[in-house]
Amino acid sequence: MKKFFKKNWVSGIVIIAFSLFVVLSFIIDYQPGQSIFKEHFYSFFKEMILFLPIMFILIGLGDVWIHRKKVEKHIGKDSGIKGIIIVIFLSMAQVGPLYGAFPVTYLLWNKGASIRNLFIYIGAFCTIKIPMLTFEIGFLGLKFSLLRTLFSLPIIILIAILMERILKKKGFEVKQP
Amino acid sequence: MELLTLIAAIAIITSLIFDRKKTWVGIKKGTLMFLKILPVIVSVLIFVSVLLYFVPNELIVEYLGDEAGFSGYIFAALAGSVALIPGIIAYPLAGILVENGVSYPVIAVFITTLMMVGIMTLPIEIKYFGVRVSLIRNTLYLLGALVIGILIGLFYSL
Repeated sequence: MKKFFKKNWVSGIVIIAFSLFVVLSFIIDYQPGQSIFKEHFYSFFKEMILFLPIMFILIGLGDVWIHRKKVEKHIGKDSGIKGIIIVIFLSMAQVGPLYGAFPVTYLLWNKGASIRNLFIYIGAFCTIKIPMLTFEIGFLGLKFSLLRTLFSLPIIILIAILMERILKKKGFEVKQP
Repeated sequence: MELLTLIAAIAIITSLIFDRKKTWVGIKKGTLMFLKILPVIVSVLIFVSVLLYFVPNELIVEYLGDEAGFSGYIFAALAGSVALIPGIIAYPLAGILVENGVSYPVIAVFITTLMMVGIMTLPIEIKYFGVRVSLIRNTLYLLGALVIGILIGLFYSL
């Protein structure tokens, strides 16, 4: 517990200050303060608080059930093209904001995924997850969406290969916060 | 969201059927991981909320909407990297931008940087990857997003 406070004192101050600010804004009827809370913070918070706990429970369950050997075999160091395809499909099925993907990479890393596949996961998560594509096609059209996906895929794979090259011998690890 | 809840419910029930003890260990582990990262996430959301109040959507439209020259790309990349807008809001906004005469390549740069680069979420990313790796990732992804935008631009100008 003590360690937790020590690690998060900056966030702690920010959260306490913001809470005071919001409460005060409602008491003295300060409009900007109320609008920051109602229009921005609350909508973010709602998205996060509905989505992340479920996500983390799934990650926890994955942690106890998934066998390292299996993950290593399919998306580990020597997994090749098949590994890339598995990771891309895995990330396409994801939902939510980017910061929800980091804990998943922690799980994958912990179970023996390769550096390359880890960053392919993040890249595909950013660019071609299915819920996002449906939105994109709706608002920007199929042509745009197809082009973007087509160009994004090789680039994220290239970046992932580059990341692996850079980080391979540098003691890279995904930490658990 | 409903789908995710459904998947989680099925996962928990199946897990309970096979091994009660293991299930609780897993749920406890997940909850603990969540609580540990929660303070950083909440403070990032606070910061973004305050920032968004000062930089409303209309301002972004104004800067990208005028003439989509080279500065349009740069501004799109900057706005996309800094902003933290969920897809539900980002795509309708992109739709409005297109209707207001912003070109598709600029939109592509905005959307790709928005999704791939996270300056605001760096504090969260650093907790997992460390400072150096997070910076490398964001830099490479920024370059990647620009390349994607330019490629889409070439294609649209054909």
